Amino acid sequence: MRDVAIIGVGHTKFGRASKTSLELFSEASLQAMDDAGVVGTDIEALFQGAALPGFEEGQVMPAAFSAAELNLGPIPATRYEGACASATVAIRDAAMWVSSGECDMVLAGGVEKALTMGTAFATRTFAMSCHAPTEGPVGLTFPGVFAMAARRYSKEYDIPLDKLREKMAHVSIKNHGHGALNPLAQFYKKMGNLKVEDVVNSMMVADPLTLMDCCPFSDGAAALVLCPAEDAKKYTDDPVYVLGTGQGSGSSLSKMADLTKPVSRIQSAKVAFKHARLEPKDIDILELHDCFTIAELIALECLGFFEWGEAAEATAQGETDIDGKIPTNMSGGLIGKGHPIGATGASQVYWMVKQMRGEAAKGNQIDPVPEYGMTDTLGGDFGTLCHIILGRTKK
Amino acid sequence: MVGKEQEEIEKELSKEYVTLTYADYEEGLKAGKLLGLKCAACGGITCHPMPVCQWCSDRRLEKIELSGEGEVTTFTVIRVASEGFEHDVPYIPCLVKTKEGPCVVGWLDFDAESVSQDVIGKQVKMSGIHTYNGDKFFSGEHVCPVFKITE
Ligand SMILES: [Zn+2]
Repeated sequence: MRDVAIIGVGHTKFGRASKTSLELFSEASLQAMDDAGVVGTDIEALFQGAALPGFEEGQVMPAAFSAAELNLGPIPATRYEGACASATVAIRDAAMWVSSGECDMVLAGGVEKALTMGTAFATRTFAMSCHAPTEGPVGLTFPGVFAMAARRYSKEYDIPLDKLREKMAHVSIKNHGHGALNPLAQFYKKMGNLKVEDVVNSMMVADPLTLMDCCPFSDGAAALVLCPAEDAKKYTDDPVYVLGTGQGSGSSLSKMADLTKPVSRIQSAKVAFKHARLEPKDIDILELHDCFTIAELIALECLGFFEWGEAAEATAQGETDIDGKIPTNMSGGLIGKGHPIGATGASQVYWMVKQMRGEAAKGNQIDPVPEYGMTDTLGGDFGTLCHIILGRTKK
Repeated sequence: MVGKEQEEIEKELSKEYVTLTYADYEEGLKAGKLLGLKCAACGGITCHPMPVCQWCSDRRLEKIELSGEGEVTTFTVIRVASEGFEHDVPYIPCLVKTKEGPCVVGWLDFDAESVSQDVIGKQVKMSGIHTYNGDKFFSGEHVCPVFKITE
């Protein structure tokens, strides 16, 4: 097995897009290819995350048409679907194909046009990654699932719900703060100075989660070029190495032992750390799946950055801020940057690469540039989890 | 002639791997019963039904009826619904840990404006069902249990 490097990255503006998914993915891909200094004929396979293209544009098999749109020739092109973790699963498999020696240069990423669907229909299609037989007739929504997790968190750790809501609000304040500084974010120059009251008094979506506890629906795409680590310096002075990956699967909500400790995430992160031969204390920066404020707290604990039940207070104390113990979601995360679900995992890796090159926006770039970073992406109600650990040097 | 006898292939196909189908489980709910499976290997109860024991993966399962009693472990009040549930808001999805062990997801029959964190831990019993009429993606009538607080 060979080490793998990322040599080029691309990312569209997140928000509402008038372009088609094929155009959005092409835009991100061409940026990534330009960034790497490679051309279409160099690409040997395409790995594309796309969760709901059938509902957005009546399109299945988008990966093949994406390869065609870029004139990549009759190469293998595959769509990956793991709900909101689709792109991370695609990138992980892309890295494996390169690692195995099957391919020497691949394109991986993701695309989604969720905002275009409108709230009611988008909520319906997102809820399709809940367990349809049991959770369908209940009318569970994603905010609903995480609201249930928040109530469990409050109970489990004996934090009064109103106190927990205030602590959760700090996730939204922080992530919107960084999203407002990110020119590619859906909420660029917006909501950069939220207060706790703005979050807790916003419209209730699924009690106790308000609109400001939730990420938005978004359109957008992101893409990466990967090649064997030994070739990376031929293309760039700043390759970023894939040091470890992990993937885990969950169950229906009712078969989960504990909503605040999803086994799928714990297991996936553990495998990624093991592959990378690193521990949480080695990681300098995180991009993690803050689909809801409570989700960021649960993720921080599952990944091992805080003890169980302590991420809420730690976040309120600023430990996940830019100058804190572990800067988290300096891109704005899903809450501030937007969440085009099939693209999100690729966007997380994009921003990690930018951080490692010192190219993140002022106010979001950590100093010194991070040596090691980790992405965490969650699909459904903990149904698909995927982690990638990246570094500026090979281990 | 090479190949396998058709009768032999048919015989293999006739083996049943599902002791309690989801359709039968839903029929049970409609009749006011919470059905599940008891495992011959570990004694654990599986509900909703699966082809294998949810605790130990054994396949020796026997159909049983659960008491419908349990305890609320968490809930939410949905205010923004997905398509098809607009007319149901506000409603209260909940998780109930049954007396027999497995958790089930359903609705809590409670006033959505006054429900609070206090209902977590309360004893409940299945009191009925909620019927979802389906949509073009999930056709047909589907049901979930509704629970009422008994203490
Ligand atoms: Zn068993």
